[in-house]
Amino acid sequence: MSGFSSSSVGRKVIMSLSGLFLITFLLVHLGVNLTLFGGPELFNSASHFMATNLVIQVMQYVLAAGFILHIIMGINLELKNRAARPVKYVKNNPAANSGWASRNMIYTGLLILLFIILHLKDFFVEIKFGEVTSDYDLVTQLFKNPIYVIIYVFAFILLGIHLSHGFQSAFTSIGARKPKYYSCVKNLGIAYSYLIALGFSIIAIYFYFA
Amino acid sequence: MNLTLLIWRQKDARDKGKMVKYQVSGISEHMSFLEMLDVLNEDLVNKNEEPVAFDHDCREGICGMCSLQINGEAHGPDRRITTCQLHMRTFKDGDTIYIEPFRSKAFPVIKDLIVDRTSFERIQQAGGFISVNTSGNTQDANGILIGKEEADMAMDSATCIGCGACVATCKNSSAMLFVSAKVSQYALLPQGRIEAKDRVKNMIHQMDLEGFGNCTNTGACEVECPKGISLENIARLNREFLKASVK
Ligand code: HEM
Ligand code: SF4
Ligand code: FES
Repeated sequence: MSGFSSSSVGRKVIMSLSGLFLITFLLVHLGVNLTLFGGPELFNSASHFMATNLVIQVMQYVLAAGFILHIIMGINLELKNRAARPVKYVKNNPAANSGWASRNMIYTGLLILLFIILHLKDFFVEIKFGEVTSDYDLVTQLFKNPIYVIIYVFAFILLGIHLSHGFQSAFTSIGARKPKYYSCVKNLGIAYSYLIALGFSIIAIYFYFA
Repeated sequence: MNLTLLIWRQKDARDKGKMVKYQVSGISEHMSFLEMLDVLNEDLVNKNEEPVAFDHDCREGICGMCSLQINGEAHGPDRRITTCQLHMRTFKDGDTIYIEPFRSKAFPVIKDLIVDRTSFERIQQAGGFISVNTSGNTQDANGILIGKEEADMAMDSATCIGCGACVATCKNSSAMLFVSAKVSQYALLPQGRIEAKDRVKNMIHQMDLEGFGNCTNTGACEVECPKGISLENIARLNREFLKASVK
């Protein structure tokens, strides 16, 4: 296994699997957030379930590990890639052959990381260790803060951009790419990116105005 | 055509190097990019100046020797061609053209625009071969049946000329497209299956040792590759690697 993760392709496989795991997690998270529309009772019970269910509790550690792995590998990848071109081009025209999202994964990723830290402080730490009586009130109160909503929406647009490249890239990294179904994977990735970016944002914006 | 050229000049591997400005005039739009550089060099020689060193050999797009990052793109702005096949009609009178060597830690500059691409050869030596019976009982070439589709794909992969445009163009200086083409051309054929596991591992190991970067699937390589080697090859390389790793 050490030989595997010390190889460039092995590291990309780890990047891909952790990314695909995070993609699945986001769907579950969006599902829980959507229960906000069902009112305090529904959301609080969904939130309570997430906080007490044994499987979810175990998965929490797996999720943390997945994030850490993805972030460490991502930063490691970027540093190695920078070192691979010590002298830069005087004139470079990368837009002629590649998309912006694919070239800026490290920046969208690092900004998402900043948001995750803020997000953990505001929600996770509060709910887990604070004196919160209603998770619903906590969430809807935060969404009344315009600055918070702007940061929140911005973060999810960045995540959408990260995923617009990351989704299909993750399939290529594990070899799941053939002309037969590649365009299908690509379109699914675009649809998924919109779903995540719009889904989370609309909830925040709705409760800002509600 | 009259053109302004900004060319990377570097005396030797140790020199720091810098961009130097040149003017060329009387360039025909039918000339190839390399012929335009020949005109410049003739000028320089007549003026008793050092000509610009650049790589070339066949000048018909089959050897992979010519390189050059032209206006920030490997082999210039046209698609599916090498620099020797790039016509000057692609440019306009009065244009300024930036000409730089292919950049990668694994492609050190030897002089001016010439880089050392023997790192590719070492990758090839690490696994880009098959075992062939040379005892005199050589099998008839048609003895092993191969599906048309596989044969076509293997031939497509085998068209890679090892030019290094994929590395030059990749933001990560990754050699994945080259290595994936070399692995694919064997992986798709029965003759290549015998050493398949060792081949993919050894070639990737050598690629990493040489200091090439990691692929992030930006796809820049397949756009700039003069032979149209596609990312499907990289996916196949990843599959081969996974197969070889789980054993
Ligand atoms: C919920 C959050 C995130 C999700 C769902 C996600 C998802 C993905 C996916 C699917 C990939 C493609 C993997 C591949 O090509 O094999 C990827 C790549 C990457 N991610 Fe993330 N990511 C997230 C957060 C982050 C964070 C916090 C960072 C911070 C460093 C980051 C940095 C990167 C980098 C550098 C790449 C490599 C670019 C590439 O290989 O294409 N990501 N991400
Ligand atoms: S894959 Fe294409 S760009 Fe890369 S070395 Fe081969 S022919 Fe050149
Ligand atoms: S000189 Fe041979 S490919 Fe250009």
